[in-house]
Amino acid sequence: MGIISRGFSGRPTPTDVKLPPGQYLTTDFPVLSAGPTPHVPLEKWEFVIDDGKNVLQRWDWKSFRNLPSETVTVDLHCVTRWSKLGTSWEGVSLDTLLADIKTDASYTLVRSYGDYTTNVPLKDLLNKQAWIAFRYDGQDLAPEHGGPARLLVPHLYLWKSAKWVRGMTLMHEDKPGFWEGLGYHIYGDPWREQRYSGDR
Amino acid sequence: MWRVGTVVALHDETATARTITLEVPDWPGHVAGQHVDVRLTAPDGYSAVRSYSIASAPNPERRVQITVERLSNGEVSPYLTQEVIVGDRLELRGPIGGWFVWRSQQTEPVQLVAGGSGIVPLMAMIRSRASAGSTVPFRLLYSVREPGAVFYRDELRELSAEHRSVIMTYAYTRTVPKDWPRPPGRIDAALITDTTWPADLDPTCYICGPSPFVETVANLLTASGNDRDKIRTERFGPTGERK
Repeated sequence: MGIISRGFSGRPTPTDVKLPPGQYLTTDFPVLSAGPTPHVPLEKWEFVIDDGKNVLQRWDWKSFRNLPSETVTVDLHCVTRWSKLGTSWEGVSLDTLLADIKTDASYTLVRSYGDYTTNVPLKDLLNKQAWIAFRYDGQDLAPEHGGPARLLVPHLYLWKSAKWVRGMTLMHEDKPGFWEGLGYHIYGDPWREQRYSGDR
Repeated sequence: MWRVGTVVALHDETATARTITLEVPDWPGHVAGQHVDVRLTAPDGYSAVRSYSIASAPNPERRVQITVERLSNGEVSPYLTQEVIVGDRLELRGPIGGWFVWRSQQTEPVQLVAGGSGIVPLMAMIRSRASAGSTVPFRLLYSVREPGAVFYRDELRELSAEHRSVIMTYAYTRTVPKDWPRPPGRIDAALITDTTWPADLDPTCYICGPSPFVETVANLLTASGNDRDKIRTERFGPTGERK
């Protein structure tokens, strides 16, 4: 326990809500991003999976939207300490996108329009843990929240849920993405409070 | 790793914002634009942490300044702006962040755009420029509700008078000073054209403020020809208590 802050009582989250350590509840949806919001026309949008050398799969918007989608309700945990519970999304499961790809890679680097990247172990994208989401709360995903489509991998801190995704590279060795190379944790599990590099 | 800082000075910037100066014996140094996490702990062990941008330039005295705007529904900011007294000890972690930073070795022109309390990390950059003796030309476009809401007013005036290559423009959104040439209003394309660096000088742009403000300004700077890769943003949401 830290130094007691004289006269501080705080406003604890109700005990029936279980949050990861160091998080607090919010009901609105703050936006955090490192640069201007890219505006990607749907007719130019594509999502490409490669292995660093060869393209393994490619979808344009139409073929992507023809894939079966799922509606999921998940909790979001941002490294800037807000959590938002029970958010509703529609997207294509990564299980679907990766179904026809045979690989012995263990890691991925997810790439975005606007040159953002983030690394996620492949196993964290499989088994109903991750989606490429294109609707939030019943509406097409707004550009500032990552539209046309963003990764949704809610069991990791939200910076891993890359906005404006355009593809992913399968890798044999882990490689830090944008924030991971700037002092943030390589994996980012909110329940283990892996915020910054150096956190266990 | 949590460090302990002792409050050595307090200064009210406005009716709702206070600068806290901490002396942190094991402070490793920072770069302008970085932030710290501040942790408060109640007697029952409950703790709350928020991030605040560092306002001070890197300095050999191991002092860290933050400026905190009080949010009426805040959990941490009312304590920091109303309860803390000189001599209190606060826990902090950092410095954090390596993207929204200005290093004194940078040589290109710098365009700063602040919305409200988004001035804080940009002030660290202006102070850092002065303390490092950099001659890089800076421009600051500072959007603020009314004259009484300006942070660091006297210091900004002195710095821009003393260093003629720091050029300041205020944009008041609700109330303007007497005889002010521009009616109150948000930053628009005309103001961007008139007061920011021409895009062909290839400035690095730093924008900090509430999300909608940053979104608007980033779009205006892109539309006026600035390269997206040269625009760095830091946003805080309505409950973000980021600053």
